[in-house]
Amino acid sequence: MTNDYVLEARRLVKRFGDFEAVRGIDLSIERGESFGFLGPNGAGKTSTMRMISAVSQPTEGTITIFGLDPSTHGPEIRQRLGIVPQEDSLELELSVRLNLEMFGRYFDLPRRVVRERATELLEFTQLSERANEKVDNLSGGMKRRLTIARGLINRPEILILDEPTTGLDPQARHLLWDRLYRLKREGVTLIITTHYMDEAEQLCDRLVVMDRGTIVAEGAPRSLIDRYSTREVVELRFASDNHEAFHDRLAPFAERLEILPDRVLLYVHEGDATLREIHASGITPSSALVRRSSLEDVFLHLTGRSLSD
Amino acid sequence: MPTRALPLFGTRRSLRVLERNALVYRSQWLMLLSGFFEPLFYLLSIGIGLNHLVGAISVHGRLVNYATFVAPGMLATSAMNGAMIDSIFNTFFKLKISHTYDALLATPLEVEDVALGEVWWALVRAAIYAASFIVCMVLLGDAGSPWVVLCWPGAILTSFAFSCLGLAACTYIRSWQDFDLVTLVQLPLFLFSATFFPITLYPKWLGAIVSVSPLYQSATLLRGLALGQFDWIMVGRSAYLVILAFVGLHVASRRFRKILTP
Repeated sequence: MTNDYVLEARRLVKRFGDFEAVRGIDLSIERGESFGFLGPNGAGKTSTMRMISAVSQPTEGTITIFGLDPSTHGPEIRQRLGIVPQEDSLELELSVRLNLEMFGRYFDLPRRVVRERATELLEFTQLSERANEKVDNLSGGMKRRLTIARGLINRPEILILDEPTTGLDPQARHLLWDRLYRLKREGVTLIITTHYMDEAEQLCDRLVVMDRGTIVAEGAPRSLIDRYSTREVVELRFASDNHEAFHDRLAPFAERLEILPDRVLLYVHEGDATLREIHASGITPSSALVRRSSLEDVFLHLTGRSLSD
Repeated sequence: MPTRALPLFGTRRSLRVLERNALVYRSQWLMLLSGFFEPLFYLLSIGIGLNHLVGAISVHGRLVNYATFVAPGMLATSAMNGAMIDSIFNTFFKLKISHTYDALLATPLEVEDVALGEVWWALVRAAIYAASFIVCMVLLGDAGSPWVVLCWPGAILTSFAFSCLGLAACTYIRSWQDFDLVTLVQLPLFLFSATFFPITLYPKWLGAIVSVSPLYQSATLLRGLALGQFDWIMVGRSAYLVILAFVGLHVASRRFRKILTP
C-alpha cells in the first residue's frame, strides 16, 4: 500500500538573487500528521512555508500538494489549504465577524455558509463576545486567534501555521495549542514552524530541524532527543566569567559538554548522580540544575548554536 | 496532467476584490460622498465664473458657450483624478503598508485577480461619479446635446485607462515621498491637455506633444460625444485608451507578482 502523502517535495531550492534561502530539501507529509519545522530565524522556514502554501514558486525542485502541481493548480490547491502567515494582515477597518465572512467569500462560499461558519469559528476561538468589534481594538493574542479562525473558514485539509504563537503570553499560547490539538483530532493535517522547543514537542508528531536552508535532522521529537542527546542534562553556572577554563575538569563527568557564554551543559544519563560526583571532586558551581533533554539540546548538538541566537 | 496557461488578466475571482473594497469602503462613505461634490464644485465655479468672462467658442463650426466647451474636459479630468488617486494611493497602502494582498493570496485568488479586482473597483466608482457629473451638466445647462449620455461610457473608459496606468505606476513607488512625482505628472497633464482651451491655440510643436496625452484624447473624445459631433477619429482615440489600459494592467500584474510572490 502506498502512503497517503498530502504533500511531497524533492530537492526544493529557493533563491533571492545571490542569497540561497532554501538549499535543496526533501519533504513527505502524510494526511492527518502534525508536522513541524524547527529552526532559528533565517533558517529558511518561512521561505519553505510560502512554497508549500502554493504562494511562491520554488527556484528549483518539484513540489506536489494533494497530487497537484502548484505552478499550474495554485487556486485549486489553496482552495483546500488554510494558511496562517506570520503577519496577521487582518482587515483593521472591518469587524471581527466581517473579517471571517469576507475571507470565506474569497473561497467562493455562499453568504449563508460563511455566516454559519463564522459563528462556529468565533465560538471555537473564543471570540464570540468580540464579534462586532473592530479588529483594531483586539489584543495580540485575539488577533492571532482570529487569523487562525480565518485560516479555517474553508474547512482546510491542511492547516499551515507560520510561528503561530510568537509574541503571545503563556495563557494565550496554551489556548491556541488546545485548539490545534482539537483540529488534529478532527483529522486536519497541521504544518507548523516554530522556534519554540516546547511548542514543537507539544504539537508535532514529526519534525525537521532546519539550519541555514537545509534539513539537519528529521524524526519524532522524542526520537530526535534519544538520537542526538542524552537522557538528562546538568546545567552549571560559575561565578567566574571564563567558563572555558572548566572544560578539562568537567569533561570526564559527561558524554558531551557544551560551553555557552552563561553556563556549561553536561550531557549525562543520571543527572543527580553526576552532580554528586562533581561536588565530591571539589568543583563548586554557583548554581546547578538537572533537567531532561529537550529539542533545544538536539539543536545545539546539531548546529553548535542555541536557537535563540 | 496537462499544464494550463494561467489567465493573463485575471479571472472571475477578481470580483471578490471588488466585493471586499465595497465592504471596507462602506464604513468610509464620506469619502464616496466627496466624489459626488467634486464635479459639482468644478462645474459651478466655471459656470458662474469663467462663463461670463469668456465668449463663445467654435467647435468644428458650432459655437458653444465656455461652460459647454469645458465641461467634458472637466469630466475627463475628474475621471482621471479619481482613478489615479484610488489606484495609486490606496493600492500602495494595501501593497506595502497593510499587507492586505498577502492575505488575499492565501486564498484561491491569484495576483492577476487582485490587480484586475482593483480595476473593477475603480470602474464602479468611476461609473457612479461620471453619472453624477453628467446629471450636473444637464441640470446646469452645460450639456451640448442629448448625446451627452454617451459621455458616461466615455468617462468610464477614461477611468479604465488611468486606473490601469496608476496601478502600474503604484508598483514603482518606494515611499510616501515618491507621491510628489505623481503630482509632477498629473498637474501638467491636467493643465496642458486642451481641457481648458482648444488644442489649436497651442504652437504646432506643443500641440503634437499634447496629442499624445491620454487626457487630451479623452477630453476631445468626451467633447465630441457631448456635442454629438461624431467622426472616425473617435474610434482611434478610444482604441488608444484601451491599449494604454491593457498595457498598464499587464505591467501592473507582472510587477504585483514580483513584489507579492518573490
